[in-house]
Amino acid sequence: MSVSSEQVRHIAKLARIAMSEEELDRLVPELNNILGWVEQLGEVNTDGIEPLTAVIDQKLRLRDDVVNDGDVRDDVLANAPDAQHGFFAVPKVIE
Amino acid sequence: MSELTAKTIAELRDGFRAGDFSAREIAESFNAAVAAAKLLNAYTVETPEDALAAAEAADKVRGTGGLSSLAGIPLGIKDLFATRGVDTTAGSRILKGFKPRYESTVTANLRKAGAGMLGKLNMDEFAMGSSNETSTYGPVISPWRRKGSNVGLTPGGSSGGSAAAVAAQIAPGVTGTDTGGSIRQPAAFVGISGIKPTYGRCSRWGIVSFASSLDQAGPMAKSVRDCAILLEAMAGFDPKDSTSLDLAVPQWEANLSSDLRGKRVGIPKEYRIDGVPADINALWDKGIEWLKDAGATPVEISLPHTKYALPTYYIIAPAEASSNLARYDGVRYGLRDTPEGGNLDAMYSATRADGFGAEVKRRIMIGTYVLSAGFYDAYFTKAQRVRALIKQDFAKAFEQCDVILTPTAPSAAFGIGETTDPLAMYLNDVFAVPASLAGLPAMSVPGGLDGQGLPLGLHLIGNELDEQMVLNAGLAIEERAGFTARPEKWW
Repeated sequence: MSVSSEQVRHIAKLARIAMSEEELDRLVPELNNILGWVEQLGEVNTDGIEPLTAVIDQKLRLRDDVVNDGDVRDDVLANAPDAQHGFFAVPKVIE
Repeated sequence: MSELTAKTIAELRDGFRAGDFSAREIAESFNAAVAAAKLLNAYTVETPEDALAAAEAADKVRGTGGLSSLAGIPLGIKDLFATRGVDTTAGSRILKGFKPRYESTVTANLRKAGAGMLGKLNMDEFAMGSSNETSTYGPVISPWRRKGSNVGLTPGGSSGGSAAAVAAQIAPGVTGTDTGGSIRQPAAFVGISGIKPTYGRCSRWGIVSFASSLDQAGPMAKSVRDCAILLEAMAGFDPKDSTSLDLAVPQWEANLSSDLRGKRVGIPKEYRIDGVPADINALWDKGIEWLKDAGATPVEISLPHTKYALPTYYIIAPAEASSNLARYDGVRYGLRDTPEGGNLDAMYSATRADGFGAEVKRRIMIGTYVLSAGFYDAYFTKAQRVRALIKQDFAKAFEQCDVILTPTAPSAAFGIGETTDPLAMYLNDVFAVPASLAGLPAMSVPGGLDGQGLPLGLHLIGNELDEQMVLNAGLAIEERAGFTARPEKWW
């Protein structure tokens, strides 16, 4: 499989990265090189092999259902590029 | 007191306790060395006052018996670890100016053990790179140079600032992180030791995420003993990381032993690959002799899926990265770029275009593609299945041996700007990545110099949770390699 410049434009949109035409043109062969290389995995017979999701066998722990954090609004907002009235401020979403 | 900077952490600790010098003298020596080494570009932030404050606290309690394990020891911290009130940027423009209001668990553990902080260390952007050239702060320059040359070399990556700092003696020890070789390859390039523990030993909480199923913190230092000392302080169960292992931290330093009688060392035949310089294979052979001399028996083993490890990694790591890095949206922290009259979506896209560098964008694009509808199974699920086979390879190998010996990297340090093809850069981690995919503890120790006078490392891979075996074999090599070469000071 190889990607077209249309597909790369679509991926950039999904990834929310603005790209110029020049950047897209540069990326098409770069991505195709990398994708062509990873496709060698197709040679490996993985029939009946479960995908590995946890590298060290362990169970997801449960904790007691109690409040153990919070009341840190100012800490949470401290690094925001734009915080107003105790909220994150963003460009207008609803006209 | 400049000779203090030449000492190991064990020597500093013991000398401080014996009253040979004060913690303040240690901190001042390193602070002065850091301030005088700006040409290396190893530190992104210097925090001499932090190192001094910890030193004063250590000096106060000396003699009272209340000293914790790292009292009086100042450390360098990779810029990937959140440090309260101190810039934490992961080497990225998108996080410039970010001052966390919290401390990562690993650095909090080090502080609890009495360590002070010399500063934050430069790194490849979001730990994506093998040469430290992708940092928004510019490349770190290795203190090492080829014989008779003044060409600037990379210290490796992504923990390049960490590696350069130890090699240049502007930190006695440092933290690194390793997703696919980012502790071990730079350690090899600059002639120091570094260990990545079993996945889950060190909490990932407060470490800027790259690929969560692979990321592990670990120490880098002048000696194997120093790595054991630091790792003991860094590791430990943390309820704030769901993949943290709920196990007691072993006494790795107290149990160090280079007596390997009765141990079997696996030599994987698939790691003899084409294009590796003869010096590296010769060092590998020497390493086998050294471990034999320590009492171990070499056995040939097979890790049949080795050649598929890198392509597997370059699906899984970018996939996880594309998901993790979705959080940099210009809303909660870091850079924001809003085009004139632009809406929320335009703000996201402009911020990310402006804030991420080329390699990070490339990996986000790959990751987004392999996770997208229609391609997920063909790429991502397939890679997870091959990862399971790689893990099985190691499980079978460890039925026949106790530790595995390989070279750390397929080359010595290369020049800045010499490797421009992304795929060629990825090949740097060909020996390091399989252990990462299997979550195994692995370490690089310096073995010798190549024909150009540059350090080469030997790589030890242990079974799950068996850091002790890795450290012990590392110690056996360290004792026999007698690696004392240091870069000549030019900075």
